[in-house]
Amino acid sequence: MIGEIDPFIINLTIFVLAIFVGYHVVWNVTPALHTPLMSVTNAISSIIIVGAMLAAGPAETDWGVWLGAAAVTLAAVNVFGGFLVSQRMLEMFKKKDKKGNT
Amino acid sequence: MSANMVALAYLVASVFFILALKGLSSPESARRGNLFGMVGMAIAVATTLTLTENWVLILGCIAVGGVIGAIVAKRVQMTAMPELVAFMHSLVGLAAVFIAVSAVNNPVSFGLPEILPMGSKLELFLGTFIGAMTWSGSVIAFLKLSGRMSGTPVVFSGQHMLNLLLAIIMIGLGLWFFFSETTNWTAFIAMTAIAFLLGFLIIIPIGGADMPVVISMLNSYSGWAAAGIGFSIGNPMLIIAGSLVGSSGAILSYIMCKAMNRPFLSVILGGFGSDGGAASSDDGTQKTYRSGSADDAAFMLGNSDSVIIVPGYGLAVARAQHAIKELAEMLHEKGVNVRFAIHPVAGRMPGHMNVLLAEAEIPYEQVLEMDEINSDFSDTDVVLVLGANDVVNPAAYVKGSPIYGMPILDAQKARTVMVVKRSMAVGYAGLDNELFYMDKTMMIFGDAKKVVENMLKAL
Repeated sequence: MIGEIDPFIINLTIFVLAIFVGYHVVWNVTPALHTPLMSVTNAISSIIIVGAMLAAGPAETDWGVWLGAAAVTLAAVNVFGGFLVSQRMLEMFKKKDKKGNT
Repeated sequence: MSANMVALAYLVASVFFILALKGLSSPESARRGNLFGMVGMAIAVATTLTLTENWVLILGCIAVGGVIGAIVAKRVQMTAMPELVAFMHSLVGLAAVFIAVSAVNNPVSFGLPEILPMGSKLELFLGTFIGAMTWSGSVIAFLKLSGRMSGTPVVFSGQHMLNLLLAIIMIGLGLWFFFSETTNWTAFIAMTAIAFLLGFLIIIPIGGADMPVVISMLNSYSGWAAAGIGFSIGNPMLIIAGSLVGSSGAILSYIMCKAMNRPFLSVILGGFGSDGGAASSDDGTQKTYRSGSADDAAFMLGNSDSVIIVPGYGLAVARAQHAIKELAEMLHEKGVNVRFAIHPVAGRMPGHMNVLLAEAEIPYEQVLEMDEINSDFSDTDVVLVLGANDVVNPAAYVKGSPIYGMPILDAQKARTVMVVKRSMAVGYAGLDNELFYMDKTMMIFGDAKKVVENMLKAL
């Protein structure tokens, strides 16, 4: 039966289920961390780097490959920038009880 | 690697992304969550690398982009986070367009048939169009947030009609693209150009104070763009990651709209804050208020049992976060119960004020959300309002007021209210604030940082 289903339908199934997962997970995020949430999701959305790498992949380099390479660079800025700035912010949310003001 | 192995590795990466968001449910688990996100991304990139032939080129590009990203992440000021996020959204959007164009050029490298089927064309159309709008919209948001472009809404007559017309033309071009038997570059490029233009036009009428909604909305778009590309190239991981981001941004937009009591549609249609002289509810009489000095305020703060500080963006503008932290610490040592109350729209983006306070090393346990602290105001001796206005305006309870129904921090219920402000000027909503004229309210005029420093000296 699986063989008869259009891949689009399978992808659509994944899409709808993923939205539900996203919905439930995100409502559980504490409001204090909404800014880090944005920077983390931003880094995650740069998963399109996968598409960019495929575009830059073929050994025969035509202009499409260079466009892909440009997209890899843009997405890489986002991957590193997004995760590192999130890390920097989240470090600030550490407990500070070592300073002895409790 | 076999196709099945690749698909399994992508599944593992997708699970890591879900765990990354799940980690953000509390500050303790958040750093681990972020780490999960990095692991997921590393798995995804490493797996994809095995499918490509130009390793040197790709790794070189990742290195260049990575270094730029790392430098930006290290240097950015916390007050500039909204601009940074807008900037990064724009990169995702542009990358999505590049990928889609490249896929139209050479479908085989994505495992698509040489002659694109109709379904793939539709998916590429969606990916390109969302990506292009994300890019140009984010560029405008970035320019507005960083002050390089005025935050006042740009409105002109026939604006919505123009947008509608462009959208119809774009869909028409899309149809032309679908039904052309060979690759119709004219239609594809014209359609992409219009999508870029629409992105600009949709964001320019939205005013500065609505930026928290816009930035969340663009966050959502960047996710849908990734999901769109995922559909185009038949990659479930992109669909999952994109949907997570898309729903996250949508939820944040909803939360922001609710906190401002503004319907989402009216934010998007824009123009708010452009009407200058509205909402003049003067009843003719000159209302009186009581003003005091920082010394008086410091004396009262020192003698109270409980204090709630309500910070607004004015606090960040005055760079008073560190001074307020010292004040809170000093009061804490005197045995005063000091807490911070954060309104959801207190910063320029969701959760912004929490980050600014965390940067000043204010323990997050002392920083409470509106819902958590609102019932405590009536038992509080002193509320210190710093650089906030509309979010403590009791007019939100008055039927017929423009902000009626907006959730506010109930500062007016405390025994004493102190408001640090530059002048009696109205806030963003253009409304007078009854709170300032109450008998129990003391106005302290001046720059937030100087006032707090003077309080510190007096204590």
